[in-house]
Amino acid sequence: MSGIWQKFRRLMPRGLKDFPHYGEGPERYSLLRKNFVLIVCATAIIPLLLMAAINYYQYQSVLKEEIVKPLSRLITSTKHTLELFLSERESTLRLLIRERTFEELSNQDRLNGIFQSLKAEFPEFVDLGLIDSSGLQRSYSGPYELKGKNYKDQDWFQEVQLRGVHVSNVFLGYRKFPHFVIAIKRDKVKGDFYVLRATIDTEKFNQLISTIALRPGSDLFLIDSEGVLQTPSRYHGNVLEKVHLPIPPMSQEAVITKTKDEHGEHLLGYAYLRGANFILVLIKEPGEVMAGWFTLKSELLLVLVVSVAVILIVSLRTTALLVDRIREADQKRESVYIEVEHTAKLASMGRLAAGVAHEINNPLAIINEKAGLLKDLVEFSKEYQDREKLLLQVDSILRSVNRCREITHRLLGFAKRMDVKVETIYINELVQEVLGFLEKEAFHRDIKVTLNLAQDIDPIAHDRGQLQQVFLNIINNAFEAVEDGGNITISTRENETEPGVVEVTIADDGRGIHPDDLKHIFDPFYSRGKEQGTGLGLSISYGIVAKCGGDIKVESEIGKGSTFTVVLPHKCKMA
Amino acid sequence: MAEYRVLLVDDEEEFVSALSERLMLRGIEVDSALNGEEALARLVEKEFEVVILDVMMPGLGGLEVLRQIKSTHPDTQVILLTGHGSTREGIEGMRLGAFDYLIKPVDIEEMLEKMKEAAKSVGAG
Repeated sequence: MSGIWQKFRRLMPRGLKDFPHYGEGPERYSLLRKNFVLIVCATAIIPLLLMAAINYYQYQSVLKEEIVKPLSRLITSTKHTLELFLSERESTLRLLIRERTFEELSNQDRLNGIFQSLKAEFPEFVDLGLIDSSGLQRSYSGPYELKGKNYKDQDWFQEVQLRGVHVSNVFLGYRKFPHFVIAIKRDKVKGDFYVLRATIDTEKFNQLISTIALRPGSDLFLIDSEGVLQTPSRYHGNVLEKVHLPIPPMSQEAVITKTKDEHGEHLLGYAYLRGANFILVLIKEPGEVMAGWFTLKSELLLVLVVSVAVILIVSLRTTALLVDRIREADQKRESVYIEVEHTAKLASMGRLAAGVAHEINNPLAIINEKAGLLKDLVEFSKEYQDREKLLLQVDSILRSVNRCREITHRLLGFAKRMDVKVETIYINELVQEVLGFLEKEAFHRDIKVTLNLAQDIDPIAHDRGQLQQVFLNIINNAFEAVEDGGNITISTRENETEPGVVEVTIADDGRGIHPDDLKHIFDPFYSRGKEQGTGLGLSISYGIVAKCGGDIKVESEIGKGSTFTVVLPHKCKMA
Repeated sequence: MAEYRVLLVDDEEEFVSALSERLMLRGIEVDSALNGEEALARLVEKEFEVVILDVMMPGLGGLEVLRQIKSTHPDTQVILLTGHGSTREGIEGMRLGAFDYLIKPVDIEEMLEKMKEAAKSVGAG
């Protein structure tokens, strides 16, 4: 199995084989596109072409059978008819020359009698004459005065001496209508001989040929070996005119070929007649013969072209779509990679931050207490000399400790983001929990917290600790923003326009946020407080909420207060 | 001046010693314990109005100690030291009945304030 696959791989285009390691960036996709199209075309168009070719040749051979067979039958039967006609006339003459003596035939009266009975039987006989071995016409019976004419030097006379029989080409001769001659020789003693010569009207030939029903556009006629018409033709000239056709090679059997002339292609069928210098020729015009074939050819071509076009378009389009999808998937994968990498980086940063904070916080507490004790000792003993100076130093230490405390506190909060556990949370409960954490401060600073909680809110699935942190951050900020005796209103509700979303609004009447700060409020390490905070709180909160498909919106006006709206989906989209 | 007793519980000895000395300088009666077990033992020996309790301690954790204190000495007020900035433990502690919480490192004045309130609430309760 793997061997076959290896072989197949070797046949594959290089680009495809090496994908996805081959190339970088856009050229990789264009390569992929090219290869896809190539493969689709190879697998779809090549078989299609093969099918078309096979079809073409199969149909062609069937068509040939259908056209050629009847033509060749027609030629063969016509040839036989003509041959029979000739041999009948020849036999009649042969019979005459055998049964009658030279004396009988050379006797003009006797010859007249014989000719009369011959003509009664075969009306196409025009005349009959006897020629002796010197070429002299000894007797003649017919419509012309040919007695005494000498044929000694004529070709046909030479031929009949040699072969014993002669069938002439058609000629007009003395009588100005087409006819041909059959001459038969009979030997006498001592090398002497005589010849019986008869002229035959070709009209009978014409009749024989024209009785063969031909469709218009076809032509059937006789020619001699010089290409001279022996019978009239429909389209190729009259008797004794020369046809514009090549003389076909000798064949007694019917042969069908193609010829070309200025009218285009036709089928040419022919056969040589036995015993005479005649060639039977059949011509079929292309319009008639090939019409079906040409129709089929063009239909086949049309189907082929349309199919190939459709295949090309479909393969190009699907390939473009596919490659686009692949590109999208690649991009998505890349961005996921980046995100995962980012998350991993954040997680390790978080762990580092937590470690640092844990390790630093305890010694920090000790420094705090030791410095505090130092301060106390100085303060409680009045006689210490450099009291004021020392107290300044100690206060500086304590301020620095406080700064460190803030930082470790925020760092730990930042680290906590990484430990996610999804629970079912009732948002009202959560808000009240967080408020419980702050109610002492509210009490001391006389801050009025008004709760406006909708009772029909469905529980949401989220990490409790993270959400606590989010609300603690925002509510804490509100506490920081308001003066003592200020007002904070917290309301919860289901979003009416967008189902499945819970909104929590924390509104204060504190100092408000400057528009310049508002833009950066969710940036990490951006702090609006002077001594308070590291600026991580809102950035972390926003990160937590945004990760789940939620949002934090802020509206604020200097001197009038700020409104934070936390938008949370019921189901964290990340989980 | 001081009409309440404080038990300071933290696993860092230096922290405990410095802080107790500072509180004593302010006239507060302070005992200390370095772990949860010791703290519970002290509570059996003596009565305290206020316990300052570190949440993160080896052995018996701060929240467990809080739970036990609240079941055996419901009148004793516990102020948590959430030394690790952990909201979750803080909120859990409040739910378990802690009086308040302080984030380490603590401000001594804030601590005194809260202790005073806690002691007052003992008297009230």
